Amino acid sequence: MNPKRKQRLLAVTFIVFGVGAAVGLALFALSQNINLFFNPTQVEAGEAPVDQRIRVGGMVVEGSVNRDPNSLAVTFDLTDYQGVVTVAYTGILPDLFREGQGIVTQGRLDAEGIFQADEVLAKHDENYMPPEIQRAVDKANRAETSY
Amino acid sequence: MWSSFKRWFHQWGSPKWFYERSLVWSRWLGLIALLCIPTSIIWGLFFAPADYQQGNSFRIIYLHVPAAVLAQSCYVLMAIAGLVGLVWKMKVADVVLKSAAPIGASFCFLALFTGAVWGKPTWGTWWVWDARLTSMLILLFLYFGVIALESAIQDTITAAKAAAILCLVSVVNIPIIKYSVDVWNTLHQPATFKLTEKPAMPMEMWLPLLIMTIGIYAFFGYVLFLRSRNEIIERERRTLWVRELVERESVA
Repeated sequence: MNPKRKQRLLAVTFIVFGVGAAVGLALFALSQNINLFFNPTQVEAGEAPVDQRIRVGGMVVEGSVNRDPNSLAVTFDLTDYQGVVTVAYTGILPDLFREGQGIVTQGRLDAEGIFQADEVLAKHDENYMPPEIQRAVDKANRAETSY
Repeated sequence: MWSSFKRWFHQWGSPKWFYERSLVWSRWLGLIALLCIPTSIIWGLFFAPADYQQGNSFRIIYLHVPAAVLAQSCYVLMAIAGLVGLVWKMKVADVVLKSAAPIGASFCFLALFTGAVWGKPTWGTWWVWDARLTSMLILLFLYFGVIALESAIQDTITAAKAAAILCLVSVVNIPIIKYSVDVWNTLHQPATFKLTEKPAMPMEMWLPLLIMTIGIYAFFGYVLFLRSRNEIIERERRTLWVRELVERESVA
C-alpha cells in the first residue's frame, strides 16, 4: 500500500474509533436514563422517584389481576421475579395483556407505593409459535406437574 | 493469493469494468428477487401458521424484519464504500455510496412504518421513545443527511468526501441499534433473526422469513446496480468509452 493511502487509512480508522469510543462513553454515562422503564426491584429499593411520571415494566403475576365489576378499574401485581409492585389502572387493556405477560406501564408512584398507571403497554418476546404448539406445550407442562 | 486479491480489488477502481460486469449481476439478482419475494409473501401471508398470542397480526414480521435488517446492512455498506472512496479514491465507491442512500432510506422508513402499524394492536401504542425505536429513527435522519449532503454540494468529489465522512462517523449508530434491545430495557423485543443461534420460531414460520430476507437483499442489489450504472454513465459521459457505448447503442 502506498504511503499516502496508508496515511489516509490511519486517519479514517482513528476517526471511526475515536467517535465510537466517545459515543460509547456517553451512552455508558447515560445508560440509566436510556432505560425505558424501572424494574419492580428498583421501585422497591426506592430508586424510582415518587410522584413523577415514570414507567415500570415487568411480568403480570398470575392470579393477581382484580377487576372492579362496576368500572374499568383494575389492579394487578408486576414482578421481575425479585420485587413486586402493585399497579392500579383504569381503562382498556391491550389485547396482549394477560397474566404471565410482560408489560410496561406509565404513571406515577403514590406515597403508599402503589403505581397509579395511566397507560399500559404490552411487551412480547421474540418467540413466535403456532397455537397448536402452545397447546401441546401447555399439555406437557400440566402432565409434568400432575405427577 | 494476496496479489490476486489485490488485482481483484483494484478492478473495482475502473468504472468501465464495473459497468460492463454489473449488467449480468443485476439481472441475476433481479431474477432471485422475482422468485423469492412473491413466494415468501404468499407463503407467509396465507400458509404460515398464525402466532399463539398475536394471531394474524404477527404476519407483518415478513415485511418488518427484512426491511429493518436491510436498512442497517445498507448503512454498513455505505460506510465501507465511504472508506474505500476516501482511502483508495475509487470512483465506483463514491457512486455506490450515493446510489445506495435513497434505497436504504426507503427501507428504513418502511421498517419504522410497519413497526408502528404492528405496535398499535400488540403493544397498544404507535410509538414509544425506547432505545431501539429512537436509534432507528436516528438512522432515518442520517440517511436524509447523506442524501442532503450529496445533493447540496455541486462538485462530485467534494460531495463524495463529505458524505463518506458522515457515513463513517455515524456508522457507530448501527451497533447501537443492534444491541439496544440487549443493553437497555426496551418495549421492543430482542432480535428475531440470529445467524448464530437456533431461530426462535418453528421452521414453517421461519423459512418464509428467511426467503423474504434473501429476496429483499437481492432486490436491494438489483436496484443498487441499476442506480449505480445510471450514475456512472452520467459522471463518465465525457470519456471515450461512454461515447463509444452511446454510438453503438444508437446504431443498434
